[in-house]
Amino acid sequence: MTTKPKIIIGMGTCGLAAGARAVFEEAEKYIHEKKIGAQVIGVGCIGMCHEEPLLDIVMPKRTRVIYSRVTADMISKIIHSHIQKDKPEKGHVLSQMLPDDGANPYPSIPYYEEMPFNKKQHRIVLKNCGFINPLSINEYIARDGYEAAKNVLFSMKPEEIIDTVKRSGLRGRGGGGFPTGMKWEFCRKAEGSPKYLICNADEGDPGAFMDRSVLEGDPHSVIEGMIIAAYAIGANQGYIYVRAEYPLAVKHLKVAIAQAREKDFLGKNILGSGFDFDIDLKQGAGAFVCGEETALIASIEGERGMPRSKPPFPANKGLWGKPTNINNVETFANVPQIILKGADWYAGFGTEKSKGTKVFALTGKIKRPGLIEVPMGIPLKEIIFDIGGGVADGSRFKAVQTGGPSGGCIPAELIDTHVEYESLIAAGTMMGSGGMVVMDDSNCMVEMARFFLNFSTDESCGKCVPCRIGTKRLLEILERIVAGKAKENDLELLASLGGTVKTASLCGLGQTAPNPVLSMIRYFRDEYVEHIKDKSCRTGTCQALSRYIVNLDTCKMCGICVKGCPVDAIADGTKKTKKPALIDDEKCIRCGICFEKCPFGVIYTKGAKKAGHVKEGLSEVKV
Amino acid sequence: MKVIIDNKEIIANEGETVLEAAKRAGLKIPTLCHHPRLSNYGGCRVCVVEVGGMNRLITSCTTPVSDGMVVTTDSPKIRETRKTLLELILSDHPNDCMTCDKTGECALQDLAYEYGANVKENPYDGAMRQYPTEDKNQFIIRDFSKCILCAKCTRVCDEVRAVGAIDIMKRGFYAKVATSFDGVLDCEFCGNCVDVCPVGSLTEKLAKGKGRTWETGKVDTICGYCGVGCGITLHIKDNTVIKVTPTEKESVNNGALCVKGKFAYDFINNKDRLTRPLIKKDDKFVEASWDEAIDYTVKRLKEIKEKYGSNSIGGLSSARCTNEENYIFQKFIRAGIGTNNVDHCARY
Ligand SMILES: Cc1cc2nc3c(=O)[nH]c(=O)nc-3n(C[C@H](O)[C@H](O)[C@H](O)COP(=O)(O)O)c2cc1C
Ligand code: SF4
Ligand code: SF4
Repeated sequence: MTTKPKIIIGMGTCGLAAGARAVFEEAEKYIHEKKIGAQVIGVGCIGMCHEEPLLDIVMPKRTRVIYSRVTADMISKIIHSHIQKDKPEKGHVLSQMLPDDGANPYPSIPYYEEMPFNKKQHRIVLKNCGFINPLSINEYIARDGYEAAKNVLFSMKPEEIIDTVKRSGLRGRGGGGFPTGMKWEFCRKAEGSPKYLICNADEGDPGAFMDRSVLEGDPHSVIEGMIIAAYAIGANQGYIYVRAEYPLAVKHLKVAIAQAREKDFLGKNILGSGFDFDIDLKQGAGAFVCGEETALIASIEGERGMPRSKPPFPANKGLWGKPTNINNVETFANVPQIILKGADWYAGFGTEKSKGTKVFALTGKIKRPGLIEVPMGIPLKEIIFDIGGGVADGSRFKAVQTGGPSGGCIPAELIDTHVEYESLIAAGTMMGSGGMVVMDDSNCMVEMARFFLNFSTDESCGKCVPCRIGTKRLLEILERIVAGKAKENDLELLASLGGTVKTASLCGLGQTAPNPVLSMIRYFRDEYVEHIKDKSCRTGTCQALSRYIVNLDTCKMCGICVKGCPVDAIADGTKKTKKPALIDDEKCIRCGICFEKCPFGVIYTKGAKKAGHVKEGLSEVKV
Repeated sequence: MKVIIDNKEIIANEGETVLEAAKRAGLKIPTLCHHPRLSNYGGCRVCVVEVGGMNRLITSCTTPVSDGMVVTTDSPKIRETRKTLLELILSDHPNDCMTCDKTGECALQDLAYEYGANVKENPYDGAMRQYPTEDKNQFIIRDFSKCILCAKCTRVCDEVRAVGAIDIMKRGFYAKVATSFDGVLDCEFCGNCVDVCPVGSLTEKLAKGKGRTWETGKVDTICGYCGVGCGITLHIKDNTVIKVTPTEKESVNNGALCVKGKFAYDFINNKDRLTRPLIKKDDKFVEASWDEAIDYTVKRLKEIKEKYGSNSIGGLSSARCTNEENYIFQKFIRAGIGTNNVDHCARY
């Protein structure tokens, strides 16, 4: 229970990007100047990225109150009212947390847990994120931290741990969804020593930040999960392979590892149990393919990060040819809870084959983007509409991409799909590591496919032919489609070449790179046909397929577009000529300057065929 | 263990790959990046086969056999996949076979022919890598536009030679075999990378334009440079050696050569080369027959030994001779001449 007032500020990467640093400094300055006996603490991301910067205040014996979108100039007002007068500053309050330990709630402030964003969430992995100071091992310990590690070291046999994890139904959260307990058992039984344990914190999918948030907000949960796994498989050395582009995560991990060593949770003869285990950090240089387990292993060994053929699997021949177990950050973060609360408790969440919860990074055209944790099996609809609040007003939900560049899209018709490994695969996509990019009717599905494929093509390591050359050729086909230069049979070519790249590539990158385009063709074939046959893009996204058209009736003849056009493609449109502007479609280079410059919004973009009024290279009205 | 490959029951060895087992059974599976002396790579994917019960095609060069495995090495699906892979490679290849020194013994050319790859109207036409050819080094022409990134050269350099002069740099489509900092090749020049390159990406500078592969006769012999006795194959056109490669037959060098064996053969047809013995007469060297020369040497050695004693004679031999030759030589000096004045550059 708090004795001093506490000011808690979300200082994850998302908070910092929204300006949390200035808020933090202002708060410290203010309490220093006013000699207020309060403590200012930085915590990790609580998930509400759309409300950052977040500042919470906890008064002794009162509930924790959350302020959202806080800026430095609000600080004096908030602290003055809340801390000095114990009156929350109503104007900026978002919510308060449910009272615990007999804390006294404030009247007429909604409860955080009951907000639509939080109501359907269930936090196992993220239970500490945003609640504890990630740089303090004591705060972690105060919330049952390292209890599970102590339990296993002193009262469980490795086989019992493996059995518990197996019964919990935990599956790998790195994308593949392989049963974790079974993987540990393979490694435990594999011949050879020493054995190694690796935590995969490479997280390279565009739009994904689940692992980063866990590492920033609760690094000890990952370390504790690793201690338990190491004991279960019989490893004495672990590595965390984390991308160097996550400087805050790296920093928090370094501090956490040092603290864990100091408290005897890492090192020789941990807590006198006779078990040795230590962890080293390896920083990756940011190649997506280095998240693939065999490439990651090559990278730790100091080789070029290129995947190796499996079999042999890492469990038999991994790091330096020795038995190695590799799991994702989120997978490890689940483990202490499973040990503490039991396999049955964990298996109580989710569906028959997908147990527990899953963390997602909700981004794209969504009202409330953020980091969420939901029970497996939840319908997609609830995630997008109840938690995320749906798409922006006035637009229509079109599809959601799961699994990032390796996954596929789920269209609005299938919004009732349940989030579980098998049903997502049946829908042509996959769980992936947890990126969820929401698209509305302004997103062009050819352009989306091009975007994801461009990423995979750039990130291909170049080892195998289908991925190295195949993804490049798929990308070129999409590039020519969006440029209005498609060939007749491009759709068939995408399908057949995509199939070969999937079946013949060496690693998961190539095997999944065609997924976005194949699934988008599956659900949005019409849009592809329009691009290819009609040379039109219904969303106006593909510039080369857009036509800029002036509404002759409302043109004010101000001449601004005429001046702005870099290639003199616009005739008339001035007071002198007394005629509305006319854009010469042949000359137009689709730069869109006129469209942006027109102060009266009378210039439209339309797919050529849709508009249907392009005559002799000159545009006309009636759009 | 037993495996069934193309309906044939084969006894396979533990740890053997599907490719190795199939090869022993006399079945041919195409490969571009596989080399029996190098680690398994799995890059080119043309050795894909179907394994019963699996959806995905698997590469036979990297997959170990398991008991009861049922493998198909040829089917419409496999042929189609191989053809697509070859067309993808050819879509980023200069296809200037007419003037390529590799023509006739190019693995890519052979497979393109076998699988009927469409070269003229390649469905996958698109951008091509534009890397200038590196021919500033002394021995090897490195035409990166022809490279299929099989990594045989980098593996032979690392795994067999333990030199590591080259590796792959850049990612994806633009990946390239390079020296450190992508400079001019400056290594031991053993030329083993050239020997394993399946295409015309690495070729011998000395052999450029000297003859098509089918015009040359091949003679297996032993390298004369040192006592190791590496097996080499001389490629001969118009009675001239135009290229040397390590012999494909069993040999002590097992496919490796050094810079001398590989590249230092131009002495063979050099006009300054001595091909007959010379005897100095009236201060001038005059050509003689072998009999004459040997008789003369015997006569002179005898005279000197009689007049000045055995210790006035000494013998120097060479490390370029075989052990047997050096043994005979010291025996001759010690027992025949009667002195211990004998040595050679690597010491007796
Ligand atoms: C191209 C590629 C990228 C990957 N990136 C990651 C990653 O960033 N993080 C991760 O945990 N797994 C990643 N994986 C999956 C790993 O190979 C591996 O399956 C995973 O780390 C195993 O852990 P899990 O069983 O706990 O999921 C990637 C796989 C591929 C093919
Ligand atoms: S599939 Fe792509 S990333 Fe994976 S090994 Fe092949 S080239 Fe490299
Ligand atoms: S240069 Fe030749 S051997 Fe080396 S990777 Fe390229 S094709 Fe293979």
